[in-house]
Amino acid sequence: MASSKTITVEVDNVSYTDDVEPRLLLVQYLRERLGKTGTLIGCDTSNCGACTVHLDGVSVKSCTMFAVQADGHRVTTIEGLARDGKLAPLQRAFHQCHALQCGFCTPGMIMQSASLLEENPHPSEQEIRDGLEGNLCRCTGYQNIVAAVRAVAEGTVSSDSDETETAGVA
Amino acid sequence: MIPSAFDYAAPNTVAEALSLLALAGDSGKLLAGGQSLIPVMKLRLADPQMVIDLGRVEGLAGVREDGDALLIGAMTPHHQVATDPLVAAYVPLLAKAAATVADPQVRHRGTFGGALVHADPAGDLPAPVLAAEATFILAGPGGERRVAAADFFQGYFTTAIAEDEILTHVRVPKYTGWGAHYEKFTRVAQQWSIVAVAAMVRVEGGTIAEARIGLTNMASTPVRATAVEQALAGAPLTRDAIAAASSHAAEGTDPASDLNGDAAYRRHLAEVLTRRAVVTAAGL
Repeated sequence: MASSKTITVEVDNVSYTDDVEPRLLLVQYLRERLGKTGTLIGCDTSNCGACTVHLDGVSVKSCTMFAVQADGHRVTTIEGLARDGKLAPLQRAFHQCHALQCGFCTPGMIMQSASLLEENPHPSEQEIRDGLEGNLCRCTGYQNIVAAVRAVAEGTVSSDSDETETAGVA
Repeated sequence: MIPSAFDYAAPNTVAEALSLLALAGDSGKLLAGGQSLIPVMKLRLADPQMVIDLGRVEGLAGVREDGDALLIGAMTPHHQVATDPLVAAYVPLLAKAAATVADPQVRHRGTFGGALVHADPAGDLPAPVLAAEATFILAGPGGERRVAAADFFQGYFTTAIAEDEILTHVRVPKYTGWGAHYEKFTRVAQQWSIVAVAAMVRVEGGTIAEARIGLTNMASTPVRATAVEQALAGAPLTRDAIAAASSHAAEGTDPASDLNGDAAYRRHLAEVLTRRAVVTAAGL
C-alpha cells in the first residue's frame, strides 16, 4: 500500500493541511475533501476544461494534476473569485451576457477567461476563442461566452447592486 | 478515473532524483508536468509503483544563453517557451510550435522536456527540435552525456534516454537571420497534429541560402525532409521554386494510417504543409 503524504495548500485564501494518497487528483481533493464542489468534473480526460482552477495564478486542469503536486502552492477556484459577497466582473459579465445555458462548463470557462485576461487584458475576438480552446461548451455555441469576456476586456460590465444576491449561489 | 496506487517522492536536486530513480528501477517513473503521464496513469495504461516528481528540482526550469546557443530547462512549461524573449529572438520556431501544443491550461502545466522524452510521433516539439539540430543533455549515474536530436528519437514513444537517466536541458543553437514557421494541420481545436511541418529558412537577397525542415507525424519518429532542404538550397525565393521543392516532402517518410487519414493522405498533406511553412518562414 502506497504511503500517504501530508500536504499544505492554500485554497481560495485559506490554508489547509491534509494527509492524501499520492494518487488523489487535485479536483478530487477540492471537491471531496474541501467540499469545493464549484469546480466540476466533466470529461475527466483533460479535454473539456470544466475542472479548470488557477495554480499560483495560472489556469490548469485539476483533473490532470495530483493533489501532492499542489503542496506549498496556491489554488484559486471559482469559489474564490467573488470579493466581499460581490461577484467578480467576469461572473457578472457571464450573468449579464447570458453566457451559459446548463452552466456545467461555466466555472471552468470563467477561470480560464480570468487567466486569459491576466495574460492578455485586451484580447481580440480570435484571441478569446483561441484562449478558450481548452474549454468545451455543448449548449451556447460560445457566442455569448466570447461576448462576456469582451465585455470585461472593454470595461462595459455594469456593477448593479442586484448582483450581490447571486454571490452566495456562485 | 483513478490511477493505481503509487509511492511519491519530490526530490530537490538532480542527484537526489537520480538515486531515487536507481532505487526504483523498472517500477519508477519520472513526473514532469504530467499532461501526458497522468492521463495514461488514469487509463491504467501505466502503473508505476514509484512516481518521482521533478517539479521541485532546482535549476530545471527556464531559458538562458549559453554562448552560441540557448539552454532550455527540461521543466520549462510550454507557455514559457512560447513567450520567452530569448526563444523568440533566437529560435522562434520553438516558440511557434510550443504555442500550438494542446490548449492554454495544458501549456501552463506541460513541459518542454517532458513532451520531448514522451516522444509522441504526433507531438509538436520533436520535429522543431530536430530541425533546429538541438542537443539533449542527460544526467545519469555516470555523469552527464549529450545526444544529438538526430540520434535521440528512436521509435514510437522511444528515445535514446536510458532508464536511469534524466533529461535536464536541451541546448539549441542560436539562429540569427533565419525565418521560421510551424504549420500544423488538425481537424478540431486542441487535437494532436495529423501532420505538421517545422521550417527554418535563411534568405540571402533573392535566394534561399539554407533551409531546415522537420516533419511531425510522418513516421514513428520526427524526420528531416532532407530532399526538400537540398532542393531549396540555392533556389530562387519564389512560390514556384518552393512548391517544386516541397513536392519532395514525403520522400523517405513512413506515415501511419488511422481514423484521421491514411498514409497517402498524410504524404499529400506533408507536401502542402511544407510549401505553406516555407513560404511563411521565408516571409513571402
